[in-house]
Amino acid sequence: MATATDTPATPPPQHTIHILPAPFTHSPLTLLAQGAEALVYRTVFLTPHTPCVLKYRPPKPYRHPILDKRLTKARLLAEARVLVKCRKDGVTVPAVLGLDAENGWMVLEWVEGGSVRGVLDGWVAGGGRFEGVEAGNGVWGLMRRIGRAVGRVHDIGVCHGDLTTSNLMVRTGASAVRGESEGPQTQTQMQRPKRLTPSALREAAMTSDAPPVFELPPEEPPPPPSKAQSTSDLEGDIVLIDFGLATQTVQDEDRAVDLYVLERAFAATHPGAEALFQEVLRSYGESYKGGRSVLRKLEDVRLRGRKRSMLG
Amino acid sequence: MIALGLEGSANKIGIGLISHPSANEPPIVLSNLRHTYPTPPGEGFLPKDTAIHHRAWVVRLIKQAVRQAGVKIEDIDCICYTKGPGMGAPLQSVALAARTLSLLWGKPLVGVNHCVGHIEMGRAITHASNPVVLYVSGGNTQVIAYSAQRYRIFGETLDIAIGNCIDRFARTLMIPNDPFPGYNVEQLAKKGKNLVDMPYAVKGMDASFSGILAAADLLAAQIDENLPLEKRLKTEDGELVTKADLCFSLQETIYAMLVEITERAMAHVGSTQVLVVGGVGSNKRLQQMMGLMARDRRGSVFATDERFCIDNGIMIAHAGLLEFKTGVTTKLEDSTCTQRFRTDEVFVGWRD
Repeated sequence: MATATDTPATPPPQHTIHILPAPFTHSPLTLLAQGAEALVYRTVFLTPHTPCVLKYRPPKPYRHPILDKRLTKARLLAEARVLVKCRKDGVTVPAVLGLDAENGWMVLEWVEGGSVRGVLDGWVAGGGRFEGVEAGNGVWGLMRRIGRAVGRVHDIGVCHGDLTTSNLMVRTGASAVRGESEGPQTQTQMQRPKRLTPSALREAAMTSDAPPVFELPPEEPPPPPSKAQSTSDLEGDIVLIDFGLATQTVQDEDRAVDLYVLERAFAATHPGAEALFQEVLRSYGESYKGGRSVLRKLEDVRLRGRKRSMLG
Repeated sequence: MIALGLEGSANKIGIGLISHPSANEPPIVLSNLRHTYPTPPGEGFLPKDTAIHHRAWVVRLIKQAVRQAGVKIEDIDCICYTKGPGMGAPLQSVALAARTLSLLWGKPLVGVNHCVGHIEMGRAITHASNPVVLYVSGGNTQVIAYSAQRYRIFGETLDIAIGNCIDRFARTLMIPNDPFPGYNVEQLAKKGKNLVDMPYAVKGMDASFSGILAAADLLAAQIDENLPLEKRLKTEDGELVTKADLCFSLQETIYAMLVEITERAMAHVGSTQVLVVGGVGSNKRLQQMMGLMARDRRGSVFATDERFCIDNGIMIAHAGLLEFKTGVTTKLEDSTCTQRFRTDEVFVGWRD
């Protein structure tokens, strides 16, 4: 083009390593994900053998510091409150082990397993086909459990806000959660609400600025993250993660939009799985009292899309 | 190939001529003229008066643009005009001018989506290959990414456009409209330093700006100089809050919202490039904030200056010519305009 452009002075791209606030300054950290808001690490908390997820919202350099503090604090607290409410009402979500709203970090229980997205991709890679799955296949059970899990969250008055197959996990193997030693979990156990951490630990961790050191029973170091996906991964509790966009609401509209987002995410990431997704919706409809009217609302939402028509 | 572009979806009428020499060469801007309908401080532009303004200027500008470009009428391959979205009456005036020229000169018409015009112009100028696009102007606020022959809207405003929010904020504070309200707000904001709390409404990749206006009305009343001193709005340190502080706070708040939804879209589609287009995109503070965000993501930000950011005829000519080259024209009987025309309705046949 003949004309010069006025590109703003962007400093040269560089790898910014965020220095984490205490007590994580010297923790072993493995970056799991970088979202728009938060960095998610695998690390240890309180003891060197307690694996956990650290969700850190670094200060945004573009935002005015006062505004940044205000937003980080409000969002972190909102997310933590939703998670605590879910735990209290028996929805399987990672437990909040500790947080510091001023410094933007929250520590969550480590959930052993893989995302539904990974599990389904692994299932396809292992020869599974979304079309014409026979009735006895474990993948139907997985769909039913997803439907029930979403229904359960909606039933207690929470909308996730960002339901994708990446934000649904299938907990696998032995219970990775402290305080339980019943051995491998089976499907029949999934409905039972769990009080997994000693409540004293959790409350102390949430209220004190510097987490005190607790005497914990010695335990096995965490197993390495599972690599290969097999069909046995279809079994296991559905754990919802990432409540960063969650809201507390009981409106059918919000719930229907939640389902619509999940439906679109399913269609985008798992082409051909439409029939399977119907099973998610069916079991959602049966999972709680308001489920059917939400499904009716979903038809409206589908017709107009999530977005309204654009004005001007 | 040469195209003439006519743009008049809001208070600016823009006429431009662009040439696409060949597939591998960058387009050449032959002329790019614009005239803005001016309004006094405290007032916006009404569709009817804006249409009258456009009708009064369109012939003059076309004559001047063709003369400046130094092309003969025979050299022009198509007439491109804004089909929408925009204000009805101004759109109609310009569409009428386009139809007249098409019949007079015997040239095919191409109706162009205004938003696609902005995106394509931004891409051509900055050479950004596949960026996440933030389109911010007086009538639109969208976060867009390209996928499978469409510009898909990932996030957008839930109520009013950001430029509309700034313009009306300026009106409330009686900030002049010349050259445009956003520019004056930007200059005033440089003198502000105290951050006043304003509603910050981001929902996923969408944002809402109407609450800011309601807050602005209340704040403006509290900084009125006729109020007794003890009733005036003060900071925590007892300093009087000024008009400049409000402009500063407005910019810090709403641009942070824009950068946030853009960042979320970038994380979602896994892109590191961001392109800012539309009139509000010429704001230096927004560009700076976007740059800081992009740096953190190890990406880069692309922006253009006011010649191409603010509505212009060139972008319509450019996007229209791209479409024309894929064999698409608008028949005379279909050469309507529409106030509602979503970006994702356009089939983008010219990209892979």
